[in-house]
Amino acid sequence: MSTARRDALLVLADGEVYEGEAVGAEPPGGVASGEVVFNTVLTGYQEVLTDPSYAGQIISFTYPHIGNYGVTPADAESRRPACRGVVVRDLARRRSNWRSEEDLDAWLARNGVPGIAGIDTRRLTRHIRDAGAMSGAFGTADEAALRAAAKEEPGTDGVDLVATVTTPEPYVVGAGPRRVVAYDFGIKTAILRHLSTFATVEVVPASTPATDVLAREPDGVFLSNGPGDPAAVPYAVEAIRTIGEEAPDLPVFGICLGHQLMARAQGGDTYKLPFGHHGGNHPVRRNAGGPVEITSHNHNYAVAEGSVPGTRVTHVDLNDGVVEGLAVEGRPWTSVQYHPEAGPGPSDANYLFAEFREAIGGEPEVRRRIGGAALRAALGPPTQRSWIGGRLFGGQRPPSPHSDAGRES
Amino acid sequence: MPRRTDLESILLVGSGPIVIGQASEFDYSGTQACRVLRDEGYRVVLVNSNPATIMTDPGMADRTYVEPLDADVVAAIVERERPDALLPTLGGQTALNLAMALSERGVLDEFGVELIGANAEAIATAEDRERFKVAMTGIGLGVPASGIAHSLDEALTVGEEVGLPVIIRPAYILGGRGTGMASTPAELARVAAAGLDASPISEILIERSIAGWKEYELEVMRDRADNCVVVCSIENLDPMGVHTGDSITVAPAQTLSDVEYQRMRDAAFACIRRVGVETGGSNIQFAVEPDTGDMVVIEMNPRVSRSSALASKATGFPIAKIATKLAVGYTLDEVTNDITGETPASFEPTIDYVVTKVPRWAFEKFPGSPGVLGTSMQSVGEAMAIGRTFPESLQKALRSLEHGRRGLNCDPAEAALDALDDDELVRLSAIATPDRPFQLEAVLRRGISVERLYEATKVDPWFLDQLALVTEERAVLADTGLEGMTTRAWRRAKRLGFSDGQLAWLWGVDEGLVRERRKAAGVSRVYKTVDTCGAEFEARTPYHYATFEDEDEVRPTGRRKVVILGSGPNRIGQGIEFDYCCVHASLALAEAGFETVMINCNPETVSTDYDTSDRLYFEPLTPEDVGAVLEAEARSGELVGVVVSLGGQTPLKLAASLDPSLVLGTSPASIDLAEDRQRWADLCARLEIPQPAGGTATSVDEALAVTARVGYPALVRPSYVLGGRAMSIVYDDEGLRAAMEELSAFGSLGREGGLSAERPVLIDRFLEDAIEVDVDAVRDATGEVLIGGVMEHVEEAGVHSGDSACAIPPQTLPPLVIEVLEGHTAAIADALDVRGLLNVQYAVKAGQVFVIEANPRASRTVPFVAKATGVPLAKVASRIMVGATLAELRAEGLLQPPAETGAVSVKEAVLPFNRFPDVDTLLGPEMRSTGEVMGIDRTFGLAFAKSQLAAGARLPDGGTAFLSLADRDKRGGAEVGRRLVDLGFSLVATTGTAAALEAAGVPVSEVVGKVSEGSSSTAVDLLGGGKIDLVVNTPRGRGPRADGDYIRSAAAAHGVPCLTTVAAALAAAEGMADRARHPLEVRSLQELVGSQPEVARRVGGAGLRPALGPPTGGAGPASTPPGGSAPRSPTKPKRS
Repeated sequence: MSTARRDALLVLADGEVYEGEAVGAEPPGGVASGEVVFNTVLTGYQEVLTDPSYAGQIISFTYPHIGNYGVTPADAESRRPACRGVVVRDLARRRSNWRSEEDLDAWLARNGVPGIAGIDTRRLTRHIRDAGAMSGAFGTADEAALRAAAKEEPGTDGVDLVATVTTPEPYVVGAGPRRVVAYDFGIKTAILRHLSTFATVEVVPASTPATDVLAREPDGVFLSNGPGDPAAVPYAVEAIRTIGEEAPDLPVFGICLGHQLMARAQGGDTYKLPFGHHGGNHPVRRNAGGPVEITSHNHNYAVAEGSVPGTRVTHVDLNDGVVEGLAVEGRPWTSVQYHPEAGPGPSDANYLFAEFREAIGGEPEVRRRIGGAALRAALGPPTQRSWIGGRLFGGQRPPSPHSDAGRES
Repeated sequence: MPRRTDLESILLVGSGPIVIGQASEFDYSGTQACRVLRDEGYRVVLVNSNPATIMTDPGMADRTYVEPLDADVVAAIVERERPDALLPTLGGQTALNLAMALSERGVLDEFGVELIGANAEAIATAEDRERFKVAMTGIGLGVPASGIAHSLDEALTVGEEVGLPVIIRPAYILGGRGTGMASTPAELARVAAAGLDASPISEILIERSIAGWKEYELEVMRDRADNCVVVCSIENLDPMGVHTGDSITVAPAQTLSDVEYQRMRDAAFACIRRVGVETGGSNIQFAVEPDTGDMVVIEMNPRVSRSSALASKATGFPIAKIATKLAVGYTLDEVTNDITGETPASFEPTIDYVVTKVPRWAFEKFPGSPGVLGTSMQSVGEAMAIGRTFPESLQKALRSLEHGRRGLNCDPAEAALDALDDDELVRLSAIATPDRPFQLEAVLRRGISVERLYEATKVDPWFLDQLALVTEERAVLADTGLEGMTTRAWRRAKRLGFSDGQLAWLWGVDEGLVRERRKAAGVSRVYKTVDTCGAEFEARTPYHYATFEDEDEVRPTGRRKVVILGSGPNRIGQGIEFDYCCVHASLALAEAGFETVMINCNPETVSTDYDTSDRLYFEPLTPEDVGAVLEAEARSGELVGVVVSLGGQTPLKLAASLDPSLVLGTSPASIDLAEDRQRWADLCARLEIPQPAGGTATSVDEALAVTARVGYPALVRPSYVLGGRAMSIVYDDEGLRAAMEELSAFGSLGREGGLSAERPVLIDRFLEDAIEVDVDAVRDATGEVLIGGVMEHVEEAGVHSGDSACAIPPQTLPPLVIEVLEGHTAAIADALDVRGLLNVQYAVKAGQVFVIEANPRASRTVPFVAKATGVPLAKVASRIMVGATLAELRAEGLLQPPAETGAVSVKEAVLPFNRFPDVDTLLGPEMRSTGEVMGIDRTFGLAFAKSQLAAGARLPDGGTAFLSLADRDKRGGAEVGRRLVDLGFSLVATTGTAAALEAAGVPVSEVVGKVSEGSSSTAVDLLGGGKIDLVVNTPRGRGPRADGDYIRSAAAAHGVPCLTTVAAALAAAEGMADRARHPLEVRSLQELVGSQPEVARRVGGAGLRPALGPPTGGAGPASTPPGGSAPRSPTKPKRS
């Protein structure tokens, strides 16, 4: 890089040291710390960095070139990033894409995300793969200070990270015919975009009691994604359990942390995976013998197989057999561990939103796998020059869910 | 869904000869398919006319037909073998077209053969431009505005409708042949005419040009359960307007945001579903408008393609292998990812490195060709490189090309760009040529902005900025100097891909010194693994690339290792034959218990499959890169040595940089002895083997002195080249001067090294009218010599051996001459102390044998010899190189006596002239063929006719033949005329030829004037009017735009067989005559030479066996002998 960057180190809690240079924001005291995880997406770094589920974590990208297409507000999954830092092999100096509005480096600095570049991220990935996700610290501080910070970093087990990212006040997104109350444990914009196509979405804080939710007379309840350990959010588990008791026929759909919380509300257990699933290429089988979806993942915790009474496993990760979806017997409750909303990642599992739409009494959608009518509907009517790009990206976006609700807490 | 049990026998169609647009990637895919199908227990029937392929090794299929890929021939194979299914999606466009032809003719229905992989409907939807457009529009995908035309008038109307500029694409073509761009109505008329001609159905698509848009490709797979995955995304550095095969391409896509990428992915799945490719891989190309993001679908290939080979090598996801499994019924989730061994294939690979492919062109071989890249593919090969970043992978790819470049400039060859002023340089960089990457760097080095360069070239600014990083680092390095380099500075430079050679040039020091200092600073390569998953899971497969990072992943092993150096990018003169030899070495050495390690940088090959060798290093073949691999291997176990003699000139050149004790087989000293003109001449004199008189020269004066002594005509050739590079025959001093100029520093070869005392020019008296003979042999350490094959060339000496047809066994050489040839070969092998392969070229003139040259290495003909005789020469040689003797190999069964097939095998070269319309098609001492085919039949004539058919020239059954002969050929030509008349042809001839024919009593029905004299009726007119069925035109000389040149070009343009030597014309006449007497017969290699490596069973009986005698015990239920004499109706195998 032509611009002089300051040397920096990344130190893991087990003493592994990596040399690089500082990029993005300058962390206080030259030390940024958190739990180090790796993400294998080839595209979608902005969506990953703005996903509130990464609260408490330092994200290392396995793909070496990050920042090539810059950043654009349209791709943000939240108003501001919740992650603790970013580790890359190479941070693009120059961005190139017609949609981009800012360089990633400048964006990181502006949003207070410290970064370290020039790292042998493959070595880091292999280490985490073998040793498991662990705490780490990086920055321009000396090695001893970083080592100490890495050791002190508490990690995510038992820590309520949801409280740091949930909205402090309820707000409404969309004006669809049905009413959905969405618990915000760290909800992604892509989810709201899907829900708001068929519902008026009332987004409520994670700590909202069941009675408040039911008082809103929803057609369905949505349990969002979010960061950290599901065991650290007992109030949400309690609220979900109460909703089930009070309104057993009310459809509930959970994603990611929402899935784990639903399982715990059913009496199930969750556990921490060695290094989690973070990527956009995981094969998930839908029902036994069903089709395979390529899906977007971001979870360190998972539901223990066989631990959840009264449920049926609907989705399984073909790589490692992890439970990726549940349906509660006798109740319109479903949940998936992965991210059908994509953002980033494949759209293969978008159908789950259509299923939820039907579950809450919405108009059924002509459902097919991508292609044919569904794709046409998504892309709009063809014209003589039906370039699909411009139309898509020029379209309306739902208002940002966090535009008037701060996340600074 | 498990594998289909309703199929037993599957016919697999290969892609035929290596041609531009269809290269060895289909050997890779076909070989994978054979392996999968046999592993799955199917009976595999294979047809491919290309003998140099691994897939046509008799051990790869149950029945291997080295026969022309022609509908009649394949129909005969279908009738004989009765396969249950035909798998056409792994043999490129050729196989797909053939499958369509068989389907349309009703052959598949008649014999109940199911098309698997893709059905006729899907093929038609993807291949027919109009249907494709309608299909895509129907599912809401954008396509460029376009229309179809079947005539010139229609073309002009459509052009007006869609608006100029336009791109013209003929239907049913491969590699973009006949495509072009037009900005004016006049250009449109010209390009449309060429396109209509190129299309077998006279149909062209006229499409609004989207030149300058960004180009992307997605490699998609789909299974029977409708699961779809994207294996790889590819972004072209060259914007739209350059054929993707001629573009620098990068994986993964670099400048798409996730939103755009996912839209493209959704569109790709919609496309493959709409087209109806039920199982397998497809390649779908998109263009994106850089300022608006508008996206259109350009085309889709409903089959495995060159891009899928690249994607497989780039990701480690074996597309061809998995496509085959899907074709027989598996679903993606039922197939295991080989590399992780645990996860299923139903996932999308993610990679943690950057892959860059750079094409390799051969414009220097085609003087007259403009050398500008466009929508018609012209490259003959490609190199791929893997680096952690784009600059690193690009620089590695550029030095992998073996064009003498050390990377992205920063080497002596950049001087050519220094003379240009800024505007000129920017202007030139806007024109796509092989030099473009170097021009882009030079522009940026002058401080010209990325913005200006982008405006001129439309190369994405991200790529340009990455080049600028290299340029800026170079300036820093120049300032720092060798003495100022710190560990950190070394690491930064190497991470940007700078080679030691570039740094040595930059600092004006020796490369060895750079290497020494760098290593002393602790900066060396580490090897990372290609694992499909970005290290998320542990990789089982050791497929490595080098980079400069912290951690090395090469695991130590306990077995003795042999490193095999591959042959680098395909080019004319060094192609798939050498990859075949390297793969055989790997197989043979693995069978003998060695751990095999392959180094190569050619993504199109079988050698770069991760499961061909125990380890694969995808690395440039340079001393620095290879040396580092050898060090890594030596660190991790016992390195026995390095095989340098099987990959052609590339590894041979590297031998000098290696520790001589590591070189296996013939010593580097012996290799040098054969190359060193004087020592070689002395050796021949000592052995009393006559040589044409000659000498060496490093200047024009020295050259003139040589010809003053030996006389004209003389053969002029540089040393240390392959494929007759820059070889020519000169007839006078003027010609000699021109040839020397070409070889000196300013000529085209000068860029590849120029002349020096170490690299002198060889000048020999050229023997006219001599028969050229190739002999391939192996010799072991005990001194035993095995003659593998004696090949008599059809064309006389003077035509490069790679471009001439040849036959096994020799057809006109008396036994005594063959004995002399064999004796000389054995003597030379002894004198050079050969351990392994030796190829010797001879000229036989008036019964006297002259030796032309000897090469103690694998030759281009090794695979042909192996197919013709059943002797696995390359395997035998490989074992000899690690110490085995011929006697031992005989004892263990690897080496059998040559099969007494009673058949004649003819190898014919395939030339790329249809790609270079401005170039004369005349054959000469410089090799220009891209590939070869083999014809096998009971007589020479039949085998020759088959070889012509396989090469794309269907000899006519009758009609009108045009003859135009050089004076010296007129006597022999009369015999040609007589035989053609006997076959029922009527003859048309030029004035002089007509007179000679009539004087010899051969009737001529029409006499035409010369094109160059402006005659009213010429051969070119007749050819244009479709009135000529066969051309015999022997050269008078090589004057530019001489008469013959026009005639040959016209014949090539209209697809009329054109024979340029009397010898070939006689062979063709013999073929046509024999063909009239004998029905078409097809025979598998297993019937002819047995199925290696099973122990053969034949002793004695040579000469007594009838032609095409009983099979020698092949595998499978179809080994029913066809009977003693070749039956008229081939025996049909029983269905079990």
